[in-house]
Amino acid sequence: MADALHAVRSYALIAALWVRASLTYPVSFWTMTVGGLLVTFLDFVGIWFMFHTIDTLGGFPLREVALLYGATGIPFRIADMLVGSVEKIGQKVRSGELDAMMTKPVPVLVQLCADRFELRRLGQIAQAVAVFAWAVPIVDWTPSRVLVAVSMVVSGAVIFFCVFVIFSTIQFWTVDASEFANAFTYGGTTLTQYPMTIFTKEIVKSLSYVLPLAFVNWYPCLYLLGRSDPYGAADWVRFASPLAAGVLVVLMTVVWRTGVRHYRSTGS
Amino acid sequence: MSHTVTEPLIEVRDLGRDFTVRSRRGVFRRTTRVVHAVHDLSFEVGAGEMVGYIGPNGAGKSTTIKMLTGILVPTGGHVRVAGIEPSRHRRELARRIGVVFGQRTSLWWDLPLRDSFDLLRRIYDIAPERYERNLQEYVELLDLGDLLDTPVRQLSLGQRMRGDIAAALLHDPGILFLDEPTIGLDVISKGRLREFLRALNAERGTTLVLTTHDLQDIEALCDRVIVIDHGTAVFDGPLDKLRATGGASRTLVVDLVDEADPITVTGAEVVKVDGPRQWLSFPAEASAAPLVAQVAAAYDVADLSIQEPEIEGVIRELYSR
Repeated sequence: MADALHAVRSYALIAALWVRASLTYPVSFWTMTVGGLLVTFLDFVGIWFMFHTIDTLGGFPLREVALLYGATGIPFRIADMLVGSVEKIGQKVRSGELDAMMTKPVPVLVQLCADRFELRRLGQIAQAVAVFAWAVPIVDWTPSRVLVAVSMVVSGAVIFFCVFVIFSTIQFWTVDASEFANAFTYGGTTLTQYPMTIFTKEIVKSLSYVLPLAFVNWYPCLYLLGRSDPYGAADWVRFASPLAAGVLVVLMTVVWRTGVRHYRSTGS
Repeated sequence: MSHTVTEPLIEVRDLGRDFTVRSRRGVFRRTTRVVHAVHDLSFEVGAGEMVGYIGPNGAGKSTTIKMLTGILVPTGGHVRVAGIEPSRHRRELARRIGVVFGQRTSLWWDLPLRDSFDLLRRIYDIAPERYERNLQEYVELLDLGDLLDTPVRQLSLGQRMRGDIAAALLHDPGILFLDEPTIGLDVISKGRLREFLRALNAERGTTLVLTTHDLQDIEALCDRVIVIDHGTAVFDGPLDKLRATGGASRTLVVDLVDEADPITVTGAEVVKVDGPRQWLSFPAEASAAPLVAQVAAAYDVADLSIQEPEIEGVIRELYSR
C-alpha cells in the first residue's frame, strides 16, 4: 500500500515537472493545445458530414454515433494522456534511459508513463467530452444508467491502458515495434468510434474476445440506449466492461513482468 | 588506504549471463547461438573498497554492472549487493546504491539541474536537512553553483557528468557504481572528478566500483583491480601485483650530450633511438641503480629518467594469454 502511494506520488511529481517544463515555452504550449483541439474537432466533423448523405449508420442515427464516439474518445484520450508515453519504450531502450529508470526507487512503468507528460492533451479530452455531452440528451437517464456510464469511462480507460502497455512491451524484444502498437491503440479506437453493426460478425467477435475494445463503449452504450446486442450477445454482457478490464489487467501484469525479466539492455 | 573488511558488501559467485542470438540464414532456416557474456564470475567487494573493473570491449564489464544494479537478470549463479538480490528487489536496492553511466545521463534533459535534484529528493524520500547538507557539499565540491539553473541539455559533457554524480549521491548510497565515468572528458575534468571520488571514499567510506578504459583512472583511484576477459575474471588483486604479473619491463630514458651508437650495457637493451635520446628496456623487478651507474660511467649523459611499466601493456599481455 505504501508502495502504491509512493508510486502514485512519484507519477504526480514527474508529471508536474514536465508540465512546468512545457510551460516555459507558453506560446508553443498554447498553439499545441488549441491545435490539438482543432484537429480532433475536425475528426468528428468528418462523421457529421457523412450524415448529410445518410440517415443512419448501421442502424444508428448521428446522435447515437456521437454517443459511441464520445464514449470511446473520453477513456482513450485520458489513457493516452496518462500512460501514452509508454509506447516510447523502444526509444528508451535504445537510448539507455530505461537502464537509468531501473536504478531508481520508482516502478519503471510509472516512470515511463509519466515521462514527457503532456497537459495539452486535455484539449483532446475536451473535444471527446463535448461530443459526448451533445449526445447525452438522447439517453433516458436512470440511476443504473449513470452508474454504467461512469463504470464505462473508468473501465474503458483501464482497457486502453492495458492495450497500450501490452503492445508496447513487445518493444522489449523488437525495439522498432512502436508502429505495430499504434495499429492496436490508435487503430482500435478508430474502429470503436462506429457502431459494431457496420462490421462483420468475425470482426465484432475479435473485438469482444481477442482485443476486447468492444467493451470500452459498444456494450455499455447498448445499455444506455436501451438496445440489445444486434449480434445476439447475452444482455449481461452489456455490464461486463469492468470484468473485461480486470482480465486485461491480469494479462498486462504478466506480459509486463515477463518483458522486464527478459530485458537485454543495449550493447554497452 | 586500507579498510577493515567485515562482511562483503558485494558478493558474486559463479555468476553468469547468457544471451541467445538468433540469426536468419536463408528464408526458413534460423540459427540460434548462445553467447556467454559472463560466466563463472566470482568476487567479493568489502565496504570502503575502491575497485576498478577493466577489460576490453565486449568482455562483459557492462553486463556485470547491469547484473549488480538489477537491470539484467542473471542466467546463473549468485549475486548479492548490500544483502539484496538485485534483479528481484530493484527498488529496494536503488535506495542503497548510486549508479552513473558515463555515456548517458539519468537527469531530465529539458529541466534545470535544480529541478532534477529536487525530484530525486522527493522520490528517494530524502529528509530535507540531509538533502540541503548533501546538496551544499556536492555543489561546492563539484563546482555546480552556477549551473543549478541551467537546463541539462545546455551543459557540457564534463558539467553534466558532475551533475550526474551529484544526483547519484544525494541519497547517501553506500555503494557507487560508475560505468566509464571519465569517457569523453578533458584532462582537467578527469583530474577533478578523480579527486572528488577519492575524497568521497576517504571521508564517507563510500564503496566505489568503476569500469573504465582509462587506466589512469585506475592508477589514480583503485587499490584493487579486477580484469575481465571473455566473460570471466582473469586477474583480481592490487595494482602493483598486476604490474608484476605481466612480466613487465621498465624503461630508462637517457639523453646523451651528443648523438651516439646504441648504448651497450649489461642487464638492459636499447629499444629506440631518437637523436641523442635513447630508450633502454630492463626487467621491472631489477634495480635501476647499477644500470644508471654503468651508463653514466661510459657516456656523457645530459639527463636520465625512468618510466614505470605501462599498465596498458601489462593488460594487453594478460589478454593475449
